[in-house]
Amino acid sequence: MRFRLSPDHIRILIPFVSLAVLLAAVFWLQPRAMSYMGLNLLLNLAVPIALATIAQMLVIAVNDLDLSIGTFVSFAACVTAVYMPEQPLLGIVILAAAIGAYALMGLVIHLRDLPSIVVTLGMSFVWGGLAVLLLPSPGGQAPEWLRTVMTAATPFVPMAVVASAIIALVAHLVVMRSTLGVALRGVGGNARSVSRAGWSVARIKVAAYALSGLFSVLSGMALVGLTTSADANIALRYTLLSIAGVILGGGEFTGGRVSPVGAVVGALTLTLAGSFLSFLRISPDWQIGAQGAVLIVVLGLRLIFSRREA
Amino acid sequence: MKTLNTLLSRPWIWSWLAALATFALTVIVTGGASTFGLAQATLTFAAFSVLVGLGQMLVITLGPGNVDLSVPATITLSGTLALKFMDTEPSLILPGLLIALGIGLLVGIGNYGLIKLLRIPPIIATLSMSFLIQSLAIWSNRGLRIKPPDALATFSTGSIAGIPNMAILALVVSLVVWWLLDRSICGRWISAIGQSPFAARMAGIPVDGTRFFTYVICAVLAALCGYLLASFSGGAALNMGAEYLLMSIAVVVIGGSAVAGGNSNVPGIWGASLFMFLVVSMLNTYGFGAGLRLVLTGLIIIVVIIAASRKTADR
Repeated sequence: MRFRLSPDHIRILIPFVSLAVLLAAVFWLQPRAMSYMGLNLLLNLAVPIALATIAQMLVIAVNDLDLSIGTFVSFAACVTAVYMPEQPLLGIVILAAAIGAYALMGLVIHLRDLPSIVVTLGMSFVWGGLAVLLLPSPGGQAPEWLRTVMTAATPFVPMAVVASAIIALVAHLVVMRSTLGVALRGVGGNARSVSRAGWSVARIKVAAYALSGLFSVLSGMALVGLTTSADANIALRYTLLSIAGVILGGGEFTGGRVSPVGAVVGALTLTLAGSFLSFLRISPDWQIGAQGAVLIVVLGLRLIFSRREA
Repeated sequence: MKTLNTLLSRPWIWSWLAALATFALTVIVTGGASTFGLAQATLTFAAFSVLVGLGQMLVITLGPGNVDLSVPATITLSGTLALKFMDTEPSLILPGLLIALGIGLLVGIGNYGLIKLLRIPPIIATLSMSFLIQSLAIWSNRGLRIKPPDALATFSTGSIAGIPNMAILALVVSLVVWWLLDRSICGRWISAIGQSPFAARMAGIPVDGTRFFTYVICAVLAALCGYLLASFSGGAALNMGAEYLLMSIAVVVIGGSAVAGGNSNVPGIWGASLFMFLVVSMLNTYGFGAGLRLVLTGLIIIVVIIAASRKTADR
């Protein structure tokens, strides 16, 4: 019996293959990176990006797009850095209220049938403004426990890899295995049939946005744990990076076709593409460009392979 | 009464009413002290939003999923390279403009090339493209701030009979785009594709050619904006395009063009651009800080969009 790769398999495989190729290239250029320390340094900043990518993926799963993730993660990071060390309770209340605002935004988008791009765009001003109000200049500090978690020395495999695996697993269980996940992707595929089957589309969308808000908050907290302080513009690039990560991981903008594991791998690939250049001794000016190039190459590969199979 | 009703049914009227209301609210506070200055500043800054907004509007007209995220990077790159090329030399003003427009042309071709060759959604194609362009701009900029040639700086900050040159220029471009969208066959094609790509193809409309043309126009307008903005502000900066990503999309939507495509209007771009600047200056006049200003701007955008959506739902 011959094993044949279907286009769906290729869709899942390509993110892994591109990450492996990129990792191999880094190791080849700098064998010392092939160590506990090296991997940790390479992938450390991928953890918050992976969380933000999952947040974006949840919104994309219901056929929407969130342009406010970057400012929202920055806001969450500012709240964490300002309130968590001294007044943890107040910090938690604020973050919970922010997640509530996210859910409300999902409800408004659904009820008024508004374009998600525009509403999230407006909200990005709001989150950005709130972040500036909280932290007009860079500052704050990471709570001790968060710092300990993010820099924990896990046995054998570095924290960054363990955390990414946990994020991927949790997101996979929620989106691919749970009832809610099926409903979520169902809304993306065909909202009308989901509602005819007796589901409340409004409730599912609210859940999608609330979950997305939760992952964004986690992303902001993880970021503060790594950088030990925050500023209002700390994560602005996450908006575009998270979209790129979802697509890189085999997701699509419509039809509820998303892959949580792929999204995490996509986020790792984008992070690695940025740090890859420093191994080639190429100026960091090209870091963003490398991420764009990786995106183009991977999407090109996907096209070539899926066409061959078709 | 009938004319009033037809006027109110225009999708762009709301952005104009909002702009007028904000203008009035600002003038009431200042007591009419700097009304002329405010009007001039508004027209100037709105002009830049209009230029990028017009291009984005044409792209959004093409239908769901069509949006150009490379606008800010294109602004930065064209501003940077054009000023670097001119190097304060007055005789190179026109060649510099051609270089800026050429960059726009290349970006547009690149954008549509990616969309077509890789068969990827325009969002992701223009996003990857913008990463590449931004890198190129960072690499060529090197933190240097080269001044524009004096004549160009004078032109871009000057005014004729009290109306800023930038606004006159944007008005001319707007008229051309209006003619293109509402009066030419190409504009009908763009709208038709936005309403139903399948029907458009069946009707024999050159879908690929029209989409290609639209993406090129959008990038060229962004490049023109970059050239003028860099000249206006006395040099190119790496973050000069950043705010225009949100701005270009916001003015299209607030201006009453359909986000799902197929139905756009030029006057709304002006109303929304004026409104966007006036909101910020109104909040400034009221003495709000940067943070509160952003929060209120965001909330006002959302309220306007919700109000506008009710109007279309009622019809």
